[in-house]
Amino acid sequence: MAKTLTQEFVKGLWDEVPPFRLVLGLCPVLAVTKAVENGIGMGVATTFVLVCSNVLVATLRKVIPSKVRIASYIIIIATFVTIAELLMQAYTYPLFKKLGIFIPLIVVNCIILGRAEAFASKNGILRSLLDGLGFGIGFTLSLMALAAVRELLGTGDLTFWEKPIQIMGPWFQPFSFMVEAPGAFIALGLMLCLMNLVGKK
Amino acid sequence: MREMIKMVIVLTILATFSGSLLAAIHSKTKDRITNQILKFVKGPAIRKIFKEASNDPIVDRFDIKDGDETRSFFVGVFEGEPRAVAFETFGKGGYGGEVGLMVGIDVKEDKVVGVGVTTHAETPGMGAKAETDPSFVAQFEDLSLEDPFKVTQDGGTINALSGATLTSRAVSLAATEASGIYQKLKPQIEEKLKNFKK
Repeated sequence: MAKTLTQEFVKGLWDEVPPFRLVLGLCPVLAVTKAVENGIGMGVATTFVLVCSNVLVATLRKVIPSKVRIASYIIIIATFVTIAELLMQAYTYPLFKKLGIFIPLIVVNCIILGRAEAFASKNGILRSLLDGLGFGIGFTLSLMALAAVRELLGTGDLTFWEKPIQIMGPWFQPFSFMVEAPGAFIALGLMLCLMNLVGKK
Repeated sequence: MREMIKMVIVLTILATFSGSLLAAIHSKTKDRITNQILKFVKGPAIRKIFKEASNDPIVDRFDIKDGDETRSFFVGVFEGEPRAVAFETFGKGGYGGEVGLMVGIDVKEDKVVGVGVTTHAETPGMGAKAETDPSFVAQFEDLSLEDPFKVTQDGGTINALSGATLTSRAVSLAATEASGIYQKLKPQIEEKLKNFKK
């Protein structure tokens, strides 16, 4: 193995950070980043599913026949998504209501299936765990960053645990289109541009 | 051939395992989820209907079996006596499917105390106003159960929300259904209320 364990973890945070570098899994990225809180919720749920499915896929990688591997991965992923859905419903109901359909849609998030297929099916359990954790945290941070930009410009507030904190003064006229769908595309595009400028070698 | 059998076995074991795991978690979280829905979906509607009640209607509830269904009734205590119940019904034909309606009924006088929309998938700004616009649901207040719950277009007394006749009709249907259920179950409801400790 060329990469150390630390590198496996860190690559998901910057070098291959899902929404910006790989430009994968954009559906939740665009849809739920209306508020920082939603972004964190979605990110944590995705991280949970990603870590669990990566570990299980890595554990079973020698047992699963390659012809039915995708079907097996989908079963594994769908199981963890349903677990996440039930737990969120039981413990964080208001957040569950806000994220709505995007929780079950984690099943089709290509980051998760992508990591299962491209990484966990070829690597050991510890490496897969770190890979999943790195990508999950990278995904969560990206969602938070995007949501913070959109919420700040769109409403002038940042929401944490149901409490909006006013950041901008009363002079601020919110660009309310930033919290609508077009704002998601514009904010994502600008952030991609920024990331490319910073990461240019 | 051996590979085929292995594929079947692996998938079967995976699916069985996943199914039983989910069943276990579902049964563990079921009660909590019901409570959360009570608190965040039905709770606000019930509190709005019974705003002058002296008890907590969400805690004081009882179930009655209606055919195959079990319905939950929430008790409202007014002026020291339990005289009203609220329960949820669903009206078909909303723009985005069924509209859930919590209906509070005064058992003494057989009239509506108030109604509140619980679940819906109506258009924001149009049909969704049924939930957010208090003046729409206020039209149901104090109506006798003998009155027909119909929008004016259908010859009733309820002014439909502008641009959302379908939603208004679904709400009226839900109220009509509630009235039917209430009349059918009235003996049992009165029985339960009599045993209700103040």
